[in-house]
Amino acid sequence: MSVLLDISKMDMVFPTPKGPFTALKGVDLKIKKGEFVSLIGHSGCGKSTVLNVVAGLYQATTGGVVLNGKEVNEPGPERAVVFQNHSLLPWLTAYENVELAVSQVFGKEKSKAETKEWIEHNLQLVHMDHAMHKRPDEISGGMKQRVGIARALAMQPDVLLMDEPFGALDALTRAHMQDSLMEIQNELNNTVIMITHDVDEAVLLSDRIVMMTNGPAATIGEILDVKLERPRHRLALAEDPEYNRLRSEVLKFLYEKQRKVEPINKAVKVVQETTEDAA
Amino acid sequence: MSTATSLVKKIEESIEIPSFAQALIMKSVQLVGIPLAGILVFMLLWSTAAQNIDTSLGKFPGPTAVWEQFGNLYNEHVTSREKESAFYERQEIRNAKRVEADPDYVPKVRAYTGKETFLDQIVTSLVTVMSGFLAAAIIAIPLGIAVGLNKTLNTAVNPIIQIFKPVSPLAWLPLVTMVVSALYVTPDPTIPKAFLNSMITVTLCCLWPMVINTSVGVASIDSDLVNVSRVLRLPAIKHVQKIVLPASIPMIFTGMRLSLGIAWMVLIAAEMLAQNPGLGKFVWDEFQNGSSDSLSRIMAAVVVIGFIGFLLDRVMLQVQRFVSWDKASAAR
Repeated sequence: MSVLLDISKMDMVFPTPKGPFTALKGVDLKIKKGEFVSLIGHSGCGKSTVLNVVAGLYQATTGGVVLNGKEVNEPGPERAVVFQNHSLLPWLTAYENVELAVSQVFGKEKSKAETKEWIEHNLQLVHMDHAMHKRPDEISGGMKQRVGIARALAMQPDVLLMDEPFGALDALTRAHMQDSLMEIQNELNNTVIMITHDVDEAVLLSDRIVMMTNGPAATIGEILDVKLERPRHRLALAEDPEYNRLRSEVLKFLYEKQRKVEPINKAVKVVQETTEDAA
Repeated sequence: MSTATSLVKKIEESIEIPSFAQALIMKSVQLVGIPLAGILVFMLLWSTAAQNIDTSLGKFPGPTAVWEQFGNLYNEHVTSREKESAFYERQEIRNAKRVEADPDYVPKVRAYTGKETFLDQIVTSLVTVMSGFLAAAIIAIPLGIAVGLNKTLNTAVNPIIQIFKPVSPLAWLPLVTMVVSALYVTPDPTIPKAFLNSMITVTLCCLWPMVINTSVGVASIDSDLVNVSRVLRLPAIKHVQKIVLPASIPMIFTGMRLSLGIAWMVLIAAEMLAQNPGLGKFVWDEFQNGSSDSLSRIMAAVVVIGFIGFLLDRVMLQVQRFVSWDKASAAR
């Protein structure tokens, strides 16, 4: 398959009072259509910066992003973003939140009835059709994030960008959301870039895991191909040797090769705990 | 089993009822009793203090004297209205007679020129304060949004706002008076100059809190929401209409409530000096009149001014509850 999104030689330098700070240095990544790529790395390594540049919310200092042969230099609905904190408009219902996006993106292309059907279809996709007319403060965190995903999907983006979409959710809800996302992916086969902290999430959902080195001047350290068959089931995978190999690869990268220097004790503890879990 | 559980439930309910009644009593005591006690203590202090203050216009009015004046002021209003209708009746009869005598005669209707009553003055004050406040809102809210959206504009406008914000209405009034009489020259003004003077003074004084609060509200919108708007490529007008305005509604209302409070305070002072026929003029006229009733009539006006100020704030709060999506910010 052809390359849909091309991130090439991307550098990101932020001006600070102490002088320029190089956040990213030479990030190169090609993503094919229909691929699910996750970015993983320690916090502060610039994962979000990469995503924001792809979204067009930031401008890369040098290098850049090409989507469908066109350079990205401003935000747009063809690169829909699911934000970490749902960022639904609190004064609109779930339906109205999706409607704002649909009417902006499709406008007069769709008739009134088509618009309504499309909004409802997308809310059904994330299993939120029962609470369509509720406001964000009336639904749970997981439900809000579902609506956020529905809003992004309803834009029919070329690339779906997800910035730690389940980071703010509890473990059970997160697992639920991951299953939902796989189900949707199975149906729509979107191109997705997802940022995550969660090793299991990365292995479970991705086709490729892009592991980033620590900042400053962070870049791509290693890329791991995940060739597990789909559909994937978390319980079946728990026993799968390939799954566990991939998982420990990511863990090794994060906690041996790219161990964060500052909180050494903490990092070692986490490694012990997680390896125990794996065993 | 089911009968047993229902029995337990019944017992629970029967226990709950007295505790519920008790809670209700406690709550009503808290809601009504304590404020009432506060008012009573205040009245007591007021009347004892009043008896010990001798002025050149007699003793300072206590609660009873003020209460009497409320009755008097209302009676004056009623008699004045009777006089007015009697005046028009007489005029009508006279005109009818003249038309009878001379069919070519075009009857003239002269307006009643009696003194405004206390109730008329309340109405005038309310009309003035609302027009001044609305004029300020029409200027301040769009300006606040523009300032909140644009950092450069904010740095440009901020010093001006900070300097004009603390200016007293009494300083503006002479300037306003001169400008109005220079620019507003019509032989038969439909809007009296005194009204314009006090209205514009009110506008100038209550502009600032609205500008400041609106701009702060707009500038502090969650950056995620702004990013949503950017991803959707909302055009500027739609961005303001769909994101900025609803997001900053709670802050806009905070500004509006502050402004309305200031407007009402400023108005009384402005009316005193501009001689706009409102409550301020009533207070000034009574002061100049210097009768033995004057102080108690002014005190009655003070109570009414305070009460109306309180009501205006409550009305604003109700409007906010109706308009705003954020019910928590409209709680008090």
